Amino acid sequence: MTNNPVKPTACKLLDIMPQTQTEWTFRVKNNLPIKHGQFMQLSLPKVGEAPISISGFGDGYVDFTIRKVGKVTDGLFSLKKGDNIFIRGCYGNGWPTEQFKNKTVVIIAGGTGVSPVKSLVNMLCEHSNYARNIYLILGFKNSHSILFADELKKWQTASHFHVIYTLDDENYPGFKKGLVTDFIKEIPFASFDNEYECIIVGPPIMMKFVGMGLLMNKVPEKKIWMSFERKMSCGIGKCGHCRIDETYVCLDGPVFNYTIGKKLID
Amino acid sequence: MKHAQTYQLTVNEMNEFLEQLSKKYDIYAPVRISCGGRYAKDDSIIYQPINTYQEIEFHERSTYPLKEVLTPITQTLFYFTEDEFKESKSPQKDVLIFGRACDINSIKIQDQIYLQNGGIEDYFYKRIRDKIKFILMDCPEQFEGCFCCSVGANKTDMQSLAVSDNNGSAYVGIYDSDFNNYFAKYSAVDHEIQTPLENELKVDYPVIDNLDLANKLKEHPMWKEFDARCIGCGSCTVSCSTCTCFETTDIVYTQNAHIGERRRTCSSCMVDGFDKVAGGQSFRKKTSEKYRYKILHKVYGYNARFHTGPMCVGCGRCSARCPELISYPATLNKLSQAIKEIKGGVQHD
Ligand SMILES: Cc1cc2nc3c(=O)[nH]c(=O)nc-3n(C[C@H](O)[C@H](O)[C@H](O)COP(=O)(O)OP(=O)(O)OC[C@H]3O[C@@H](n4cnc5c(N)ncnc54)[C@H](O)[C@@H]3O)c2cc1C
Ligand code: SF4
Ligand code: SF4
Ligand code: FES
Repeated sequence: MTNNPVKPTACKLLDIMPQTQTEWTFRVKNNLPIKHGQFMQLSLPKVGEAPISISGFGDGYVDFTIRKVGKVTDGLFSLKKGDNIFIRGCYGNGWPTEQFKNKTVVIIAGGTGVSPVKSLVNMLCEHSNYARNIYLILGFKNSHSILFADELKKWQTASHFHVIYTLDDENYPGFKKGLVTDFIKEIPFASFDNEYECIIVGPPIMMKFVGMGLLMNKVPEKKIWMSFERKMSCGIGKCGHCRIDETYVCLDGPVFNYTIGKKLID
Repeated sequence: MKHAQTYQLTVNEMNEFLEQLSKKYDIYAPVRISCGGRYAKDDSIIYQPINTYQEIEFHERSTYPLKEVLTPITQTLFYFTEDEFKESKSPQKDVLIFGRACDINSIKIQDQIYLQNGGIEDYFYKRIRDKIKFILMDCPEQFEGCFCCSVGANKTDMQSLAVSDNNGSAYVGIYDSDFNNYFAKYSAVDHEIQTPLENELKVDYPVIDNLDLANKLKEHPMWKEFDARCIGCGSCTVSCSTCTCFETTDIVYTQNAHIGERRRTCSSCMVDGFDKVAGGQSFRKKTSEKYRYKILHKVYGYNARFHTGPMCVGCGRCSARCPELISYPATLNKLSQAIKEIKGGVQHD
């Protein structure tokens, strides 16, 4: 009995890349296999643990994009390059990437919700033959809360990408003013020959309205995928915090098909 | 229960037996703590290590459940330094626990979560669970609010031994040949130790066989009264034999030290903050929503996931502990009624 699934291991903090004042990307040494859309538990001894989505990964590293909101996340913001960060995982099912092969992929994400889908978008960008094409609607509050500015530019110029970037309440170059929901009607669903899948990530209220918007555009429920965020402590189906009826978000999610997600009533 | 070889021992002989056992085992049993209860002059009965037979409380339901031997209210998981997390020490000896049929059955439910769910074994649970054997206590006098028979928790075959207290002596039944040699010097008696066959309280435990019905029940007006009645204290879940939820927290010994420990603490879906996420958002704000969530887990969610029946062994502790005198069986009856209404097409607005 050597394997302890809740024991964190110390990993080197390779780099810190501020995105906004309160959202920084932490690059951490890692060699574990990862699926797009999974998360890990980050620990700061003395302070505690927090579940954080994997916003990117590559040879020998994993990225977390973290918003400073409380005890653990404040503590993480005081770390320096070369310090140790404690991690365990990966957890969760991740995106059903296989399902996206040769189809049109519609991705609608808001705010920090871009994090859990970012590595997938990058993969779809780099492997232009993986999916047929990509429609991407990303929304942020204002120009100060824009995340992943470099990547946004890269995606905008990819020939198989159609992007709309929005800011809730500000006119700003490269961005349309309005909520992501306002632009769903610009996606030509009828031209996709039924060969498409949709992804929604963001705060619960945004996911609710985007879901409704997609259904109004006659998108079948089974083509919609969402990533849920619930309170989590263990990440391994023991602590009970993330449970909704017979579903454990940490084990069975965080990604759910709409047909299942719509029935998850807390 | 399969008929076991049974012996009759005096109290002194029982104490000798326990002393011999204690070389190999830590022995736990419900013990009365004088004035340890909620109110002044109120006793509480909790699971504790024992040395002698007389310490065991046979005649009253324990205030807190057997699960506390496996998952204490607070438990140190790790000691940490700047660069390492180290597991707390494993229990050294094997463990013997005195428990009633419902108490022993409750551990099947704990096992389901801690060892089975998601195909992941919890290290801290497993390391003590593997060491445990049970000593079944019979229940000649049942307690107010017991309904083990309604949920099939009145029988068990998980015991290694069974003990029946008989005023100054004890019957001991042997179910596990590991214990045979302790009894070589005694001759068997013709006595069968029985667990309850019937309770005074009978509960028609509701059955919710699909998520759509569970979701309709969430809208039912039956929960509303609990906004006024339930204070969300969590006493019902802390005392529940089958609830498992916990919190994980770090503590430091002194302000500037880089050493400390990570602890696991019993938690409850009934208290504020259990479901609170970044931004302060909660999913179940009202007490009625919390209570509904708890009840539907016991009746629906657990069984829908594991298909092993209710998440309840009918021990009656939740009702006994509720400071607001909320009766869990009464809630179950209302729920059965609500299910009938929904299945019969009654509308509520
Ligand atoms: C699957 C998943 C993926 C996530 N991905 C990211 C991400 O990529 N980037 C990011 O910045 N945040 C992410 N979060 C949210 C992040 O976990 C919380 O912001 C973090 O736990 C807050 O911890 P804290 O100690 O800093 O805050 P605290 O001081 O504990 O509290 C601040 C707020 O965070 C809430 N909170 C505390 N613990 C949790 C928890 N375990 N889960 C959710 N909320 C909690 C508190 O209730 C409070 O409202 C994710 C959460 C989940 C469940
Ligand atoms: S719900 Fe009540 S009766 Fe059932 S196991 Fe828990 S405390 Fe005992
Ligand atoms: S013990 Fe009673 S008052 Fe307290 S949370 Fe449980 S049902 Fe509510
Ligand atoms: S986070 Fe603990 S059960 Fe899901």
